[in-house]
Amino acid sequence: MAITKKDVEYVARLARLSLTEDEKENFTSQLSSILEYMEKLKTLDTSGVEPTSHPFVSKTVWREDVVKPLFKAEKILENAPDKEESFFKVKKVLE
Amino acid sequence: MKSEIINLEANQIARAIKKKEVSAREVVQSFLDRASDLNPKLNAFLEVKVEEALEKAQFLDDKISRGEPTGLLAGVPIAIKDNICIDGWKATCASKILEGFVASYDATVIRKLKSADAIFLGRTNLDEFAMGSSTENSAYGATKNPWNLDCVPGGSSGGSAAAVSARLSPLALGSDTGGSIRQPASFCGILGLKPTYGRVSRFGLIAFASSLDQIGPFALTAQDCALLLQVISGGDSLDSTSSDESVPDYCSEVTQPLLPLKIGIPKEYFVSGVEDSVRSKVEEAIQTFKSLGAQCEEVSLPYTDYATAVYYLLAPSEASANLARYDGIRYGHRSNKGKSLIQTYENSRSEGFGPEVKRRIMLGTYALSSGYYDAYYAKAQKVRTLIRKDFEQAFQKVDVLLTPTAPTPPFKFGEKVKDPLLMYLSDIFTISCNMGGVPGISIPCGFDSKKLPIGFQILGRPYDESTLLRMAYHYQQKTSWHKQIPPVK
Repeated sequence: MAITKKDVEYVARLARLSLTEDEKENFTSQLSSILEYMEKLKTLDTSGVEPTSHPFVSKTVWREDVVKPLFKAEKILENAPDKEESFFKVKKVLE
Repeated sequence: MKSEIINLEANQIARAIKKKEVSAREVVQSFLDRASDLNPKLNAFLEVKVEEALEKAQFLDDKISRGEPTGLLAGVPIAIKDNICIDGWKATCASKILEGFVASYDATVIRKLKSADAIFLGRTNLDEFAMGSSTENSAYGATKNPWNLDCVPGGSSGGSAAAVSARLSPLALGSDTGGSIRQPASFCGILGLKPTYGRVSRFGLIAFASSLDQIGPFALTAQDCALLLQVISGGDSLDSTSSDESVPDYCSEVTQPLLPLKIGIPKEYFVSGVEDSVRSKVEEAIQTFKSLGAQCEEVSLPYTDYATAVYYLLAPSEASANLARYDGIRYGHRSNKGKSLIQTYENSRSEGFGPEVKRRIMLGTYALSSGYYDAYYAKAQKVRTLIRKDFEQAFQKVDVLLTPTAPTPPFKFGEKVKDPLLMYLSDIFTISCNMGGVPGISIPCGFDSKKLPIGFQILGRPYDESTLLRMAYHYQQKTSWHKQIPPVK
């Protein structure tokens, strides 16, 4: 199915991407042709077929909730674009 | 000895170092020299860690001279795809969004390699976030194919494949979500194995599509592939999708007798679109296995034709969720444009991600969005079940499946990069394997008329990597494709 520039703008907002006009044009035509290819799935009858989310039937892995040191905060903060004391610093969230 | 070192197999290097026939330092220096000559042409490594590798080699030589015990890979150099974390090393995923990011811990595979005394040579190039089939999507320039510098090395693990092919490293690690180990192995004329889903821990592998990703080895020979798989396999409490299934002794399994063996030839993998050169080389490989006494029969995997459509809905959907973490707050690129927090997110992501990553995030977000979820994502998950059952049914009749790895030999730069769908279709034969979680290996089986490598793929039952390795071993005993060295100088 063909998707419109408006769809692209809506999805970009959901994905937290700000796109240029050129990118919007490109994605509108490219996503349309990719999704057109996906249409072939609709020809298959999948009623009664269970979905697969992981290749093998996996069981939930349980473990005791034990506190143990894994990372040091200072080390993790070395990658922070902006920080103050032991915190990540961000723009004001509430006015 | 020195000029010959780069042509030794990893298992030969390990043995020679243990017997003190050669020092770890000499070995490492030989590969570093080769990398310093050829990497400027190939761009296989994003970074070569010269000092660190030599120091580690010296440390090992000292240990050996004191008579202390050493690991399975003592002194063996290895190249690591730059989406696997090594404590204190940069990890970029070949993306601008992770420029300058330094990993703060070791991936489990790295921890295991360190305790086996392997020596890390450097970080190898990839398509950004492992999304691509040519390494052209790297933000740090494409990797070139050592067999022909005008051709792509395949992708996404193109840097690791080119490094082993050009003898810049005897071993490398890659990751495979839809063919990212096997397709570049085929394009570069080497072995590449995607293990069973869960065989190898993914703790510390930067996530792309979590129901499909696996880490696996690149090597020149089956014995080397077995050796590396041996070291990295096994369950891990830090990855609850890893399996506690016991790890066989691959190093001794690999040379065991081949027979009895039933090979299935899936007719859906020999359709139009497969180039003649590929078809005829893969058919020769089938003949080789017949001459080794294997039984071959045609089988059918009727849902194969739907695999690409399913994959390019599921993988981008999972990616759009996994890549939501790159928001410029805790690590990676943060844009200084924009006034609000939301604008910081949007601008950081838009400045940091390349076009293919944005395309897949868009596609995945669309497929998961309200109103389209059932038609795309849920539908694809159901068809994935049908593809998985194709394998289950086939493996009731035969032990393995043999197919081409890719429909063509390596293609030229720029040939497919402008048409995303055309690029996606180059993964047509490697994708189903990830969907079913089964193991797959690509083995070199010759060259086309332009001396470009061709590979075939063997898919096996879950956790039956041993049979794949054994087939590779017996095939390589009969052939010499893996001994040919690319002409790059």
